[in-house]
Amino acid sequence: MEMKNRWIALYVENQVGVLAKVSGLFSGKSYNLQSLTVGTTEHEDVSRMTICVTSDDVTFEQIKKQLNCMVEVIKVMDLTNVPLHMKEILFAKVRNVDQEQKEEVFRIAEVFDQGGYVRVTDIGPESVLLECMLTERRNNELIALLRSRFRQIEVVRGGAVAVEAISTTCR
Amino acid sequence: MDITGRKLFVKALQEEGVDTVFAYPGGMVTDLVDELYRQEQIRMVLPRHEQALVHEAEGYARATGKPGVCLVTSGPGATNTITGIADAHYDSIPLVVFTGQVPQHLIGNDAFQEVDIVGMTRSITKYCVTVRDRRELGRIIKMAFYIAQSGKPGPVLIDIPKDIQLQAGPANYPEHVEIRGYKPNETVHIGQLKKAYKMLRQAKQPLILAGGGVNIAGAGDKLTAFAEKMKVPVVTTIMGKGAIPTDHPLYIGNSGMHGCYAANKAVSECDVLFSIGTRFNDRITGDLNEFAPKAKIVHLDIDAASISRNVVVDVPVVSDANIALERLVEYAEPKHTEKWLERIAAWKEQNPLAMRRDKGMSPQMIMEGIDRVFPQAIIVTDVGQHQMWATQYLSLPKGSKLITSGGLGTMGFGFPAALGAQIGDRSRDVVCITGDGGMQMNMQEMATAITEGLPVVVCILNNQYLGMVRQMQQLFYGKRYGITCLRRNKDCPNNCKGPGKDCPPYVPDFVNWAKSYGAAAVRVSGESQIVEALEAAKAEKSRATVIEFMIASDELVLPMVKGGNPMSEMILK
Ligand SMILES: Cc1ncc(C[n+]2csc(CCOP(=O)(O)OP(=O)(O)O)c2C)c(N)n1
Ligand SMILES: [Mg+2]
Repeated sequence: MEMKNRWIALYVENQVGVLAKVSGLFSGKSYNLQSLTVGTTEHEDVSRMTICVTSDDVTFEQIKKQLNCMVEVIKVMDLTNVPLHMKEILFAKVRNVDQEQKEEVFRIAEVFDQGGYVRVTDIGPESVLLECMLTERRNNELIALLRSRFRQIEVVRGGAVAVEAISTTCR
Repeated sequence: MDITGRKLFVKALQEEGVDTVFAYPGGMVTDLVDELYRQEQIRMVLPRHEQALVHEAEGYARATGKPGVCLVTSGPGATNTITGIADAHYDSIPLVVFTGQVPQHLIGNDAFQEVDIVGMTRSITKYCVTVRDRRELGRIIKMAFYIAQSGKPGPVLIDIPKDIQLQAGPANYPEHVEIRGYKPNETVHIGQLKKAYKMLRQAKQPLILAGGGVNIAGAGDKLTAFAEKMKVPVVTTIMGKGAIPTDHPLYIGNSGMHGCYAANKAVSECDVLFSIGTRFNDRITGDLNEFAPKAKIVHLDIDAASISRNVVVDVPVVSDANIALERLVEYAEPKHTEKWLERIAAWKEQNPLAMRRDKGMSPQMIMEGIDRVFPQAIIVTDVGQHQMWATQYLSLPKGSKLITSGGLGTMGFGFPAALGAQIGDRSRDVVCITGDGGMQMNMQEMATAITEGLPVVVCILNNQYLGMVRQMQQLFYGKRYGITCLRRNKDCPNNCKGPGKDCPPYVPDFVNWAKSYGAAAVRVSGESQIVEALEAAKAEKSRATVIEFMIASDELVLPMVKGGNPMSEMILK
């Protein structure tokens, strides 16, 4: 069966232990969790998680059902085939670069800035820090490119957050 | 006026109609114990170990239909409950477990007897939480009782820090709670149910598989009526046994790893398998690819997450068994299943469920004796060969009840669960069928049996081995009986192939052990003594009786399907 990335938005009670319970479900039942982000919503007592898992159809159905069983879970939304806006924050520090290499980093940043957001937020004699807000896939591509061009890079990723689109079908 | 947490705790239990709390004291629950001591509506029972305490609460819950209520202290008291809680989780037994906790300002400090019991039990409870605000205490206890009993029942754990117990707060205990994330299923999708019915209707070789869900829902009568009206044969899981009377002409037997030949044959040959209240675990299915290979499968269960998890299902129906069966009985029209029933009858005849009768007292004879002397009893088993024999050979007529650890298979469950059942229902006979190994896992509870005056009849099937494992060693591990002989001592030869005259004496001497507590006790080694011993035990109305049945060590549970093999590959001899 086809293994692919699938997305869930999960509304949960904003309480101690709920994150542990949700993440514990994934480890306890050997589900393949790719990323999980969480933050409060417009209602202070409700948090929303954006979860990405790699699974086949059957396992994914099971994951949704298991999440639904939890008392603290208020709502499970399958975002896999829903038009949505999705972004991930990424910091990428490129080290040990000379002037020419810096120029290349800038050019890469410019190209990736399209369809997202990439800024040079900090710079030093030998390093450049990029702050990016791209889709997860675009971030992957950026990291792969930086890795192939530069010897020393440091990557800090935030995990994806997603929201259903209002009018567009963009991702 | 505000009251303390400890006062609200007792008030809450009273309003829930709790009559018994299985409680073990310790620093972090002394306040709650003290408050319970000062009233008379609720009795505290003192078991001798917290694991057994939870099993007692399970037995109580299964016997009464009410949630079992437990109270234990923090740290070791709490960790000792884990096995029992997991057992209740897998067998859907409603429990409300209260654990004391160190005061909130000490949580996280590795304080004396502090453990993160909520973290430890997250995956084996329906819900668990630490009370962090005295104002929430009433609501949380109400939630606990509601969640434990509704939908698919299960254990709930509430951890109460000491400061919450002492702090003053609202006196009110709510009558209802709204839980936005918890809406147990109380209806059935009629469209799905009709589709399921239609599928069964069109089948040529239909079969109903009834699991523990039918018994939990108390839907046995409806199931029987449905099967009768449609003339469809029934197989059960061990948790479903008794859902239809075992002497009913449409009943075939248990299916699964130690199911009877005809039942597993019927599963393998049926064209529609109409299953109710089972989660199709590996003991039922064997090799999943070969399970019910010719059948379309209907799966009716209260738990959406149990459906389409292990087997691919053609028609899923999410519903309580009782609600669905009520409708199904209305729909039911007779089918022509004569030919199919004849085939099943032939399989039954070909390989009937029976043990040899030529070599002294067999486990089957003991089960027949129990049937005869205790036709209306609550029967509680431990885990092992004796459990399988009990589920194979007991006839469980209407009015009797079987309590066994099916999902977790917890050795040490039987004896304490039997005590709990007796505490819950003093009007009925309670018979515990246990092994010599499992008995030793909670034998300290004899003190509870005696002090509570519980006339439980404990039948120990002593085969001198951890028989269930020994059976695997005998069949699949070249008779290398590593650590399964309970007579073995440090001087025994390494390559022992079975008991002989030079073996060390069995320890303990169960009869003298039982007598040392003041229980009645007798050893039975021949068929002729079985009924007499059981009858004497039945006549004991104020104290427990231990009957030690000396059975052969090499008796096997048959048929058997080796784990992971297809159900059609039964070992019969
Ligand atoms: C707590 C626990 N530990 C280990 C097992 C594995 N196990 C299953 S049956 C069994 C042997 C039980 O022996 P006994 O109680 O003498 O019963 P018998 O099989 O001999 O009837 C063992 C060790 C278990 N089910 N539970
Ligand atoms: Mg034994």
